[in-house]
This record gives sequence, C-alpha cells and structure tokens, in this order.
Amino acid sequence: MRSLDEMALRARDKTAKLGPDIDLDAYGSESVPHGYVENLNALSEADKIRMILAGVDAGETERSGTYVQKDTSVIHAHSIQEGLEVIPIKEALEQYDWVRDYYWKLVAVDTDKYTARAQLDLHNGYVIRALPGSKVIWPVQACMYMEKEGLSQNVHNIIIAEEGSELHIITGCATAAHLQGGLHVGVSEFYVKKNAKLSFTMIHYWAEEMMVRARSAGIVEEGGIFLNNYICMKPVRSLQMYPTTHLAGKGAVARFYSLLVGSPGSQMDVGGRIYLKEPDTRAEMISRAITNGGSIIARGDLIGEMPGVKAHLECQGLILNGGSIHAIPELEGMIDGVEMSHEAAVGKIAQDEILYLMSRGLSEDEASATIVRGFLSVDIPGLPPQLKAEIDRAVEQSDKDMMM
Amino acid sequence: MLQIEDLQVKLGDKEILKHIDLEILPGETHILFGPNGSGKTSLLMTIMGYPQYRVTGGKILFKRQDITHMSVNERARLGIGMSYQRPPTIHGVKTRQMIEICAKEEVDVEALAKKVNFSEFLKRDVNEGFSGGEIKRSELLQLMAQDADLFLFDEPESGVDLENIALIGNTISELLQREFRIDLNKTQKERHRERTKMGLIITHTGFILDYVTADKGQVLFDGVLTCTTHPREIFRCISRVGYEECIRCAA
Repeated sequence: MRSLDEMALRARDKTAKLGPDIDLDAYGSESVPHGYVENLNALSEADKIRMILAGVDAGETERSGTYVQKDTSVIHAHSIQEGLEVIPIKEALEQYDWVRDYYWKLVAVDTDKYTARAQLDLHNGYVIRALPGSKVIWPVQACMYMEKEGLSQNVHNIIIAEEGSELHIITGCATAAHLQGGLHVGVSEFYVKKNAKLSFTMIHYWAEEMMVRARSAGIVEEGGIFLNNYICMKPVRSLQMYPTTHLAGKGAVARFYSLLVGSPGSQMDVGGRIYLKEPDTRAEMISRAITNGGSIIARGDLIGEMPGVKAHLECQGLILNGGSIHAIPELEGMIDGVEMSHEAAVGKIAQDEILYLMSRGLSEDEASATIVRGFLSVDIPGLPPQLKAEIDRAVEQSDKDMMM
Repeated sequence: MLQIEDLQVKLGDKEILKHIDLEILPGETHILFGPNGSGKTSLLMTIMGYPQYRVTGGKILFKRQDITHMSVNERARLGIGMSYQRPPTIHGVKTRQMIEICAKEEVDVEALAKKVNFSEFLKRDVNEGFSGGEIKRSELLQLMAQDADLFLFDEPESGVDLENIALIGNTISELLQREFRIDLNKTQKERHRERTKMGLIITHTGFILDYVTADKGQVLFDGVLTCTTHPREIFRCISRVGYEECIRCAA
C-alpha cells in the first residue's frame, strides 16, 4: 500500500468537484508559533471576544474540556472530565497507535488538493474522544483561531464517541478582528460507536476574504445518534463543504441542521450526504438559508439502501435583499420499502406574516426581524441548553447585522 | 368611537365596499351579518388597515383621529385589535412570544393562557398545526394581552367545537365588558355606563349571540350596509328566510 504522503502528493493539484478552485500557492503554510497558554483568561480581550462569538468561552464555564489552536499552533488543550480525552492530533499520532485506526479512514487523503494539503502540510487539529460508557456532562469546546493574514491553516480533527458514551462538542472557527483573508482547510472524521450519542455544533465566524474548504465524514454504528449543527452567519469569501455520513448499524440516526446567512460577496456551497445502509436507520437534514446579497447553494443528498429506513430533507431559503439561493435536495431510494421525503422552498418574507405582526403593534422592520429570527430558530431535539444558547446568540447577532 | 363615513374600498380592480357609513360608540358592540363574499372580512381588514384594501373614497375616524391612511401597526397602537379567521403560521415564533409582542407592558402570560385553556400551546409556533378552535383561542389570548379598545372579530365561533364555544363566547363577552356580574358596589346600569370597549363581530351561525349581548346588528350585502337593527331580529329573519329579505331591502 502506498503511503499517505505518496497518495497526497499525487492529488496535490487535483481540483475539487465542488466550489471555485483556490490557488493554494497564494496562501502561506509556514508555521506561526504561539506559546502555550495555561489559563485562557490570559488571552487578549479582543481575542476572547472573537472566540466567544464562535461559542468558545475562555472562562470555560460549563465546559468539560477545551482545545484552542491559534494559526498553526496549539495554545491550549485539556480535559477536565474523566473519560474525556482532548489531544492535539500531532501528539496523538506520535504517542498512540490507535489513532492510526481512525486517521484518514473515512475521508480519502487523495480526495482533492485540500485533503492532500492537510496530509502534506498538517499544522495540527484535535482528537476528542469519549471513552466507552462515559457521559460528558458539559460540552467540550474547540476553537480554530486565525490571526495571521494570508495563512493557510491546515487541520485534521478526529472525534470519537466510544460505545455507550455521550459527547457534546461545540467548535468555533473564528478570525481576529483585523484579519481580512486566509484559507482554512479542515478535515474531520467522526466515529459514533454502538449506542453512543454525539452532538457536534460548529459555529463559523470568518472574515470577508476567507476561503474555507472542509472535508468531513462520519460513521454511526448500531443505535448511535449523530447530531450535527452548522452555523455560518458571517461574511466569508468562499465556503464549500459537503460532509458524508454513513449510517452503518441498525437503528443509527443522523440529524443535520444548518443555518446560513449569505452576506454580499459571500459564496457558500454547503450540503451533506447521508447513506442509510442498515435497517431502521433514520436521517434528517434541515437547512435554513438567508441571503442579503450573497450566493448560497444548499445541497442535501439522502441515499436509502435498506427497506424500512426513514429520511427527510428540508431546504428553506429566504432572499431578503438581493443575492441567490440554489437549493439542491436529492433523494435516492435504492430499494423497495424506503420512506424518504423532501421539502424545499425559496422565497421572500410573506407579506401576510408581516401584517399579522404589525396588527399586534410591531413596526414593519420589527416584524421582519421577528420573522427572520423565527426562520432561523430551529428546534433541535437533544441539544444541551448551553449549546442551544450559543446558537440563539449567533442568530441574534446576525439578526442585528442584517437589519441595519 | 369608530366612525366610518361614506367608505369606498377596492380590492384589486373590484369595488368591494360601497358607501359604508357606520358608527360604533364607546361601549357598543355590533354584530355584522352577511352572506359569503358580501365584504364582511374586507370591512374588518380595511378598518385594521391592510394595504391591499384600497380606500378610494370616504374616511375612517377612530378616537377622533383620521386613521384612513394610517399603517396597521399605528392603528394597533391606537387601540384596534383583530381576531383573524385564518391567521398565518409564523415559524419559529412561539405563541408565548406572540403574547408578549401583543402586550404593551409586561403581562402574566401563564395566567392569561390559563383563562382560555391554552397553557400547553405556549411553547408551540404560533398557529402551527392549530385546529380551528385552537386558532380562535390563540387569537383571543393575543387580544387579551393587547387590551385594545376596539375589537374586530372575524367569525370567532367558526370551527369551534361545542365544548369550547362557551369558553370563547364568555371570553369575548369579558373583553367587551359585557359579562354579567353581580356587583354589590355598582348597579348594572352604572356598570353599563362605564363600558368603554367597542366590538364588531362577524358571525355566520349566530351562536355567539348566546354569549355576547350586542347593541346593534348590521347586514352587509354585496358591499352595501343594508340594514341596522337589533341583532336578534336580523338573526331571526336570516334564519327563517335567508338573505333573500336583505336583497329586497337593498333594492
């Protein structure tokens, strides 16, 4: 078998299937050293504020562990709960053989030039693992922070919820306030083992000239639940991701929710694909997109390969003030007895809803804001209250920006 | 006081209200009858200020202000509240939040909801999957919070099951300060005199008359107010011979 490096080398110039091509040479990949920080409160106020916007609390209130990477360096990684491991991936690859069983096992290293770069020029990333049977009470937080202008930040993350465990992660990607542009290449591999539950909430808080290419895949075993929330409401030049999830055990469940706001100049191409491969597997994928000048492609693909599986896809888009939304919902039933449905709608705020609220005393602007906020407030069952609060906060924040 | 003078309204190119004159004094409740398509809902929507109902002539005065061209929310703030027949669902906006929006100041949402047996719906998106009767209770709850001076009810009893009709009827009666109550400190006459709330209620079935006393009845036929008299009398006439008689009156 060829080594990962060899495979990556061959794919070094391979363009991706989706999303505009990025000239990787335009972004520096050299390491940017930042010292390790024992106490996150020692970070600058400006950095802390940006991190909070992406759901990462330097005070670590109601968190069970933290990983923070600034540019190319890990500045903090630790777990404060038994049964939970938070390890920088470079360290994990050197010290633990078991990591190799998960590294590049779901995402092919030669998928395209971005995966190749994450192999050939890996900066770091995290391994977060909940040991068998452990219940992580508070969410674990992880932050990928970018400060250096024009940097290509290349990370690889592995998330493992061992058998019977429960793990909640909030991960924020944020850029320093002054930063204009850079490239973030992120590979993530999710393993949800038998009867485990994993919730993964990702909040992106980028800068106007940022390019983002995420390459993720997950596998859910028998009785496992994988809840994945993605929120991106801030400007980004170009964002493309299309994670694949395999429901590979009886009764496995995946639920994906995404909230997108496309600002002028932003291009987002976000979707997901779920394979329902075993009996009684269920998948739900819900996306809400709003554009006020940006371009959004919202994809979703559900593939039912077993009788008795249930899957539902929902893409809803609101065009507020120019821009475009392209909803591409796909269902593939491969056999008799699958139950799959989808619902897609792209439109504007309904006038009768505005007038209804106005007749209760709100001004037209207040009525629109209320409807938009409602549109983005999706009920996500099974999400811990702290994470629900983070999502609400992100929605509220974007709401303020949009209504200016 | 609500005063409508020679009101003419078009919806699209169609003239739907023709030279309407109507006056509701403080404390008065009127019942609006009329066959389907006669313009009853249009009249309520016009009073509420829905822009698709274009006023081409005449004017509407409320509390001595000309509101003919006021926006919907200005009218709401001035004290006009409406209970809709088929209000839109607003996804992600909870009924509780809606009640808070309606209230000008802080209200005890739980206590209000209890009154119309609606506590368990507070967590639900407003109007999402509500049955006919649930919509009516939700609308009433919003109006209770809004505490308007003029209440417009569009068929408050339609789609309501028998179990809830009394609840709805009595709540409306209370909103309009028409509930019967023995008050040792005040005579009924004094209580009537203190009534300030105004109501305009569209009814199809007349059931609401069993619960809400009303001062006057109006019949709207083909965009024209054809008759003003005691609501019971109108109801009896319509029950016996339908709107045939109204056609004769209008002629």
